[in-house]
Parts: sequence; structure tokens; C-alpha cells
Amino acid sequence: MLIKKRTGYEIPSSEITPEQVYLNRRSFMKGATLAAAGALLAACGPDMSGAPKGSAPADGVAPTPGATGAATDELGDPLNTYDDIITYNNYYEFSTDKDGPAKLATNFPTSPWQVAVGGLVANPGTYDINDLRTKFDQEERIYRLRCVEAWSMVIPWLGFPLSKLLDEVQPTADAKYVRFETILDPENMPGQKSPWFDWPYVEGLRLDEAMNELTLLATGLYGKDLLPQNGAPIRLVTPWKYGFKSIKSIVKIDLVADMPTSLWMDSAPREYGFYANVNPDVPHPRWSQASERRIGELGRRPTLKFNGYEEQVAYLYEGMDLRANF
Amino acid sequence: MKRDRKLQTQLLRLAGHVGALVPLALLLFDWQTDGFGPDPVREITLRTGKAAIILLVASLAVTPLKLIFGWNQLHPLRRNLGLYAFAYVSLHLLTFVWLDYGLSWALIQEAIFEKWYALVGFGAFLILLPLALTSSQWSMKKLGKRWTKLHKWVYVAGILAALHYILLVKNTYTQPFIFASILAVLLLVRLAPIKQQVIRWRRNLKRKKSAQISTH
Repeated sequence: MLIKKRTGYEIPSSEITPEQVYLNRRSFMKGATLAAAGALLAACGPDMSGAPKGSAPADGVAPTPGATGAATDELGDPLNTYDDIITYNNYYEFSTDKDGPAKLATNFPTSPWQVAVGGLVANPGTYDINDLRTKFDQEERIYRLRCVEAWSMVIPWLGFPLSKLLDEVQPTADAKYVRFETILDPENMPGQKSPWFDWPYVEGLRLDEAMNELTLLATGLYGKDLLPQNGAPIRLVTPWKYGFKSIKSIVKIDLVADMPTSLWMDSAPREYGFYANVNPDVPHPRWSQASERRIGELGRRPTLKFNGYEEQVAYLYEGMDLRANF
Repeated sequence: MKRDRKLQTQLLRLAGHVGALVPLALLLFDWQTDGFGPDPVREITLRTGKAAIILLVASLAVTPLKLIFGWNQLHPLRRNLGLYAFAYVSLHLLTFVWLDYGLSWALIQEAIFEKWYALVGFGAFLILLPLALTSSQWSMKKLGKRWTKLHKWVYVAGILAALHYILLVKNTYTQPFIFASILAVLLLVRLAPIKQQVIRWRRNLKRKKSAQISTH
């Protein structure tokens, strides 16, 4: 598998980190020595199983380097351990408990797997997951994931920009939005028998959001193929939006003219909007979004506008009222 | 007969203590062994909250169970269960302001005014506090009729606790609705007309029973 290091948009961390956040980063300071030790270990080989399990709740999280050797995101925050990322999941198709998906998804069949790409495109096609993995260079992208429930992680994804796939199918002039759909498989996804939601899971992006350089179709993390609890074999990652936008186990991608209604918009329209951009100034109707808890740390850190990706995405929303378009 | 009754009460009391302390023991065990998983703060918050609401509902169940089934031996459990509920509520609140929000007043203020569920939960705590403080026999005697009046506020605390639970879940309302329904039944039974009906029904049942015994 070809793993290309991301080069496009390195920003000096001094430019992007608000001072308050910088000062707040006590866990990072405490973990600095461990981080150094981790970096030394990394030189010996990509041993992911060495992620120290017991250290998770403590302040000093020993970062495990990703496939390209980086141990932090561009803000200097350590990656979450592989163990945390594969055992703490929101995936209601399996369970509403955080540790439920890892237990219930073990036998979820992710091969063979096809993704049908169509709708308002000149060149529709059905892609086999193996073709997607080889056709497009797989890059490592270290992204923050901010859940609408106010917790967050730093995850080294492996995948390719959605724009590359869209270039291939050639959206027509009428295409304004992209609509994604998760597999409907209640036999293997016990949560899809839950009456609280109208399955399957649906998500959407505006076409310019979908074409943004940050928007990733992920097929792996920490240099390995995705596990079912993380959305195997292929999922969306939009790091400036709340986690629920990053739809998992995708089987269908359609270019459409009208704004798609997502599963969350459908089940609680007052609480979940189409955009779902991370924004500390726009509270969820029932809870604040001003701060978040990084998994692996005690205490809270202030939430950053667009989850710290303002420079890359703010242009998409110029002149828009972000309170009305939540 | 009287001694049996006393033993039964003591055993029930013991069972109440043990049951109420199990969640605490599990918390301490997992604290010592790092057994909370990737997000310990969330886990501790959820567990203390759940223990609190279960114990609060249990203490509110004592009076209806006495009324409907005549299980008067449950009576001494009422206060203990209520006090344990308050203890878990306090741990729950402490987890929120200290472990989670690091005693950062600015963040807590924001959370309380933006998050309805935090405000509602805090309201329940404020109600339970004076009730816990006046739970002794001494206060009961000292306050007389006012004691009963004061302690009726526990119903409001129960409603706030159920609301707090409903307000914080993300669309999967099964569990909070179960708690809310149980609570609704326990409170409805206390309403005068329903209570009278239950008492009448019990009296009839007793009469029938004694009539049966005398005819045999």
C-alpha cells in the first residue's frame, strides 16, 4: 500500500493556536517526556500494539506515532491511542453504548463491498473497495474528530480526498449536493432494528464542501485497514464538522440538486442541521459546545471554531449566518 | 412472631445498605485499576447519575409498596435509600464541577446557563440538600408537621431528576422513559383519589379473605 505524506497545507502551529488553548495544554506538557520516549520507540518500528493501555485515563498520554511517524497533529496535540480509537465509538447501527460497536461489529462483513456512485454525473460507476484502495493514492491525514457530545480525539486516518472520486465521475452542472448512504443490513447491524431512527443512515455535503481538500474518504487508520466499529471498509471524514457528519460504511454516493435530509436532521430537526460545523459560539439547543473533553485527558479544553480548520474552510461559509445554518 | 419481624427488618436494612454500596465499591475498584475505559470522566458521571436516580426511585417506591401490598417492614429503608441517593447525587455533581470542568467557574457558568439539563439537575440537588440535612429523628420531632411538608419536595426532586435524564440523551429515550413512567406511577398512587381507591380495594380484599377463613 502506498502511503503518501500530506504536504498541502502545513501551518506553523504558532499561527493557528489561540493563546488560551496553548496555555491550557497541560496534558501535553506533562506528556512531553512520554512523547519523546514514544518518538524514540517509533524509530524502532511501527509497533501499534505497544500502545500503553493502562495509561489512558492519566494526564500523560503516551502518543503512538501514525504510519508516517508523526506523533501529534499540527497543533502539537498527541494522537489518541489505537486502542482508544477502536474501542470508543459512536455507531448507532451497532449500539448506543460507546464500547458496544467494538463488541458487536466483530463479524460485520466488509468484503466483498461495492460503492455505487451516481446521480447527476456524466460518468457513473460502481467501485469495488479494493479498486478504490489501489486506484487512488492512500494518504495519511491526522485530523481532530469533535463529537457533538463534546468529546474529541486526534486520529491518523488513511484515505484519499473525495474530490478525486468526484473528478472521476464528473458531476453535471445541476449537481449541487452530495448524498451519502450507509449500508442497510439489520441482520448484521442490530442497531438498525431500533425504532428511534429511520434507517439507513444518510448524510450530505454541499458540492464545494465535498470538493474541499480536507474532505477525505477514509479506508484505514494507524496504517491499517479500518475496523468495522470505525466504519469499515470506507467512511467519510470532514474534520471541521461534528463527528456525526462523517458517515460510515458507505455503499452509495449520489450527486443531487437539492439539499439531502440527513438521518439526524430527520429525527431531530431542531437540534441537528445540515451544516453541523464545529462552532463554540453556537450551542446545541440542550447543551453547550463551548468546550470539549479530549479522550485520554482529564478536564476540558475550549472548542475551536471549525475545529481548528478555519483557514481551510471559512471561505465556504462567507456571508452565511452560522446560527441559522447550524 | 415479633422477633421474626425484627429479624426481617434487620435483614432488609442490611440488604438496602449492601445494594446501595455496590455501585460505590465498583467505582472504587475501577478507580484503582483504571477500569473506566477511554473516557473515565464520562463513565464516572454516568454511573453516579444512574445509581442516584435508581436509589431515588427506590426510596419513592417504599410508601406505595406499603400502601398497595401492606409491606410495612420496608418502612425503615425509606430514609436510608434517600440518603444514599443524595450521596450519589453529590458525587455526580462533584464529578461534573471538579473532574470534568476542573472547577473552572467560567466554563461551569456557561454550561449551566446553556445546558438546560445541568440547571435542572442542579435544581434537584438543591432540593435534596435540605432534605438530607433534616433526615434525622431529631429534626423530624423538632419540625413536626413542617417536616412532612418539607419532605414532600422530594417529589419535585424526582420529577427534575427524570427530566434531567430525558434532556441529556441523544434521541434514544428508552431508558429515561422507563424511569419517568415508574416515577409517574409512584407519584400518581399518592394522589388522594387514587390513594383512597387503593385503600378501599385493600380493605375489601382483607374482608373477603377473613370471610373465607371464617366459613371454612
